Amino acid sequence: MNTQTELRSPMSQRPHIISKAKDRTGIGANVGIEVNGEKLSVPMGKTILEICRENNVHIPTLCYHEDLCIAGNCRMCVVEVEGMKTLQAACAFPVTGPVKIRTFSNKVRKARKHILDLLLSEHYGECYSCVRNNNCELQSLAKEYGVDGYEFGHVCESRFEIDKTSHAVVRDMDKCILCRRCVRTCIDLQEVGVLEAIYRGYDTMIGTFMDKPLADVICINCGQCINRCPTGALHANDPSDDIWKAIEDPSKHVVIQTAPSPRAAIGEEFGLPPGTSMTGQLNTAIRRMGFDRVFDTNFSADLTIMEEGTELLNRLKSAIVDKDKSVMLPQFTSCSPGWVKFIEHFYPEHLNYLSSAKSPQQMFGAVIKTFYAKEQNIDPKDIVTVAVMPCAAKKFECNRPEMNSSGYKDVDYGLTTRELAKMIRETGLVLPELPKSNFDEPFGEASGAGLIFGATGGVMEAALRTVYELVTGRQVPFKNLNIEACRGMEGIKQASVKLENCVEQFSFLEGVELKFMVAHGTANAKTVMEMLLKGELSDFHFIEIMGCPGGCIGGGGQPIPTSELIRKLRAKAIYDEEASLPVRKSHENPRIKYIYEKFLTDGPCGKLSHKLLHTHYQKRGKFIS
Amino acid sequence: MLVYEKNAVSELVSDLTEKYGKKRSSLLPILQEIQQRYNYISDFAQQEVARMLDIHPVEVYGVISFYAFLYDKPRGRNIVRLCKTIICDLAGTKAIADAVKRELGIEFGDTTKDGRVTLEYANCIGMCDHSPAMLVNDHVFTGLDPETACKILREIK
Repeated sequence: MNTQTELRSPMSQRPHIISKAKDRTGIGANVGIEVNGEKLSVPMGKTILEICRENNVHIPTLCYHEDLCIAGNCRMCVVEVEGMKTLQAACAFPVTGPVKIRTFSNKVRKARKHILDLLLSEHYGECYSCVRNNNCELQSLAKEYGVDGYEFGHVCESRFEIDKTSHAVVRDMDKCILCRRCVRTCIDLQEVGVLEAIYRGYDTMIGTFMDKPLADVICINCGQCINRCPTGALHANDPSDDIWKAIEDPSKHVVIQTAPSPRAAIGEEFGLPPGTSMTGQLNTAIRRMGFDRVFDTNFSADLTIMEEGTELLNRLKSAIVDKDKSVMLPQFTSCSPGWVKFIEHFYPEHLNYLSSAKSPQQMFGAVIKTFYAKEQNIDPKDIVTVAVMPCAAKKFECNRPEMNSSGYKDVDYGLTTRELAKMIRETGLVLPELPKSNFDEPFGEASGAGLIFGATGGVMEAALRTVYELVTGRQVPFKNLNIEACRGMEGIKQASVKLENCVEQFSFLEGVELKFMVAHGTANAKTVMEMLLKGELSDFHFIEIMGCPGGCIGGGGQPIPTSELIRKLRAKAIYDEEASLPVRKSHENPRIKYIYEKFLTDGPCGKLSHKLLHTHYQKRGKFIS
Repeated sequence: MLVYEKNAVSELVSDLTEKYGKKRSSLLPILQEIQQRYNYISDFAQQEVARMLDIHPVEVYGVISFYAFLYDKPRGRNIVRLCKTIICDLAGTKAIADAVKRELGIEFGDTTKDGRVTLEYANCIGMCDHSPAMLVNDHVFTGLDPETACKILREIK
């Protein structure tokens, strides 16, 4: 552990593990406790909240979140512990002996109701005009505890201006209840450090450095804070009104691309359990809403693999054959706009490690406004491209000034899963009951490799399938093409595959052990970058980094709530769907072959693809002026 | 901020981190010394401290905005803090406050035009038995009445 991580305290990333008991009185040994009169045997060291959740005893929480460290500041989870003078916060009370706990005595219920009344006394805004209406933890607790009036008053005037400066995240501090989940997300989980409690006492608020607008500080727009906010204080910048206007306009040809992760998660917005894939139904819904074409981002994910994989092989060739010292290895993926902005801010001197390939969203935008426009005889200025993404940072990405290689803004609007669900609800369509339908041509088919982009490790797995086969002429030596080393939710995963019996063109790679690494969440990305700076990664070749925990399926635009279990279920939905697809390798996708034959005739990383499908990065740095 | 000023700040911060150690708990003494030297802690200085201690700038700002005696904006050469808590209030803070405001020609929270004095209220400074009390920089003045308070202010350079 380096000094950096020791400085951070407390660490959300550090799992709370109870060690094995040394003796019958130590931490980990079982102890008999009583919860509401029911006798339980539990290991010492577990918190009351954990014990109660495991035994189906409901305790309300607000500041507690599974992904984050314990804060114990909202006091909603207070319980009565016999022998204690005051009520104790269940989330922060480890059991260390035989205790008797009451979770709903009169004293407890009164305290909780008072806490709610006090929170509501400073919670400005009406539920029916709030984006989180019906999905708000404060609202549901108010219902749970029968709050029937404002016992301690209620603010009638707005105290803060809504911060709409950021392309991705809107901050409405009037609705903030100071639970500090966003602070712990930003500082601990993502290690970006934009939000913190500022000022003191009654004036305390969650703010940025010098209370600047969000667009002026080093926010990476990952939107993880939105996913964890219990109220509507943080939400995404919603472009749906503009999109409706474009749909209504007969002169506009509105094209939508849908990423793999929203399909695995949008069902949650319609009451389905996490991990229900909605690909076919979503296509039908989008068509009925009035979009002219619906395309699959997986197609451009395949395109990304072709470009990024070729770039990797080119870099390897320069490094091994030409002994070119200026070639940067390992190559980092550049699909995640949160991660890209993170490295631009925090490691601006190391941007050369990033692949120059654009993200699938931007590649598709450029292809639609050039190749597709020409094939269909539509003036690109009349095309409106919308991208449904699991991601808040994609809103920032499509507004980057350099993203106009088609001559127009490549992607006009970035739409999150939640906002698309809202638009579908506005139409009255019931998504789960719709018939299934396919994507539109000419990009109607995508490979499974593109689909698994949605989960952490997916880009790596997809790239390996293609690169290995290009180099050796054989399939990757893994059962059913499933590279298990890339899958799973560990923060940093690494593995290697040996390249043997290479085809003639790549004979220089004979015997090379291709080492790769997968990291997700920018806290892990930071660890990887520190390893890189220390020179520990000099023998690695390819590193995939996703800005959000769990990859895109845990993105900042996905349905709320999120937890590791939900993310695992969404990932499973993606992997299950992938296993049943006929084409599972990017380079075998017939549409990819077609576009390289007809349009990008000088091949991957050729002149035209460099113009349309590759980009450059800005050295942003950390300084906030 | 000019480049050489920035360099001076960076040098001071790096000296101070050496003096107090590169750990989170060094933050307050470092901030206090920067304020002693510059009278306030500029946004550049805050970010330098954050960089040296490997914490986030907003955490530094969170600390500065929490403590009333740390400033993120320039203020007067001298700072006068009148105790506003109940004991002093009962002993006649109101009259002193009015006299002081008339004397300096400014409101509480403001700085005189020549940059000589910044006037502020403070919470209890622990001088209730000698109330009403006032802090001028680091010096405590107790048992005040409007005339003595104004006389003290006139003597500040």
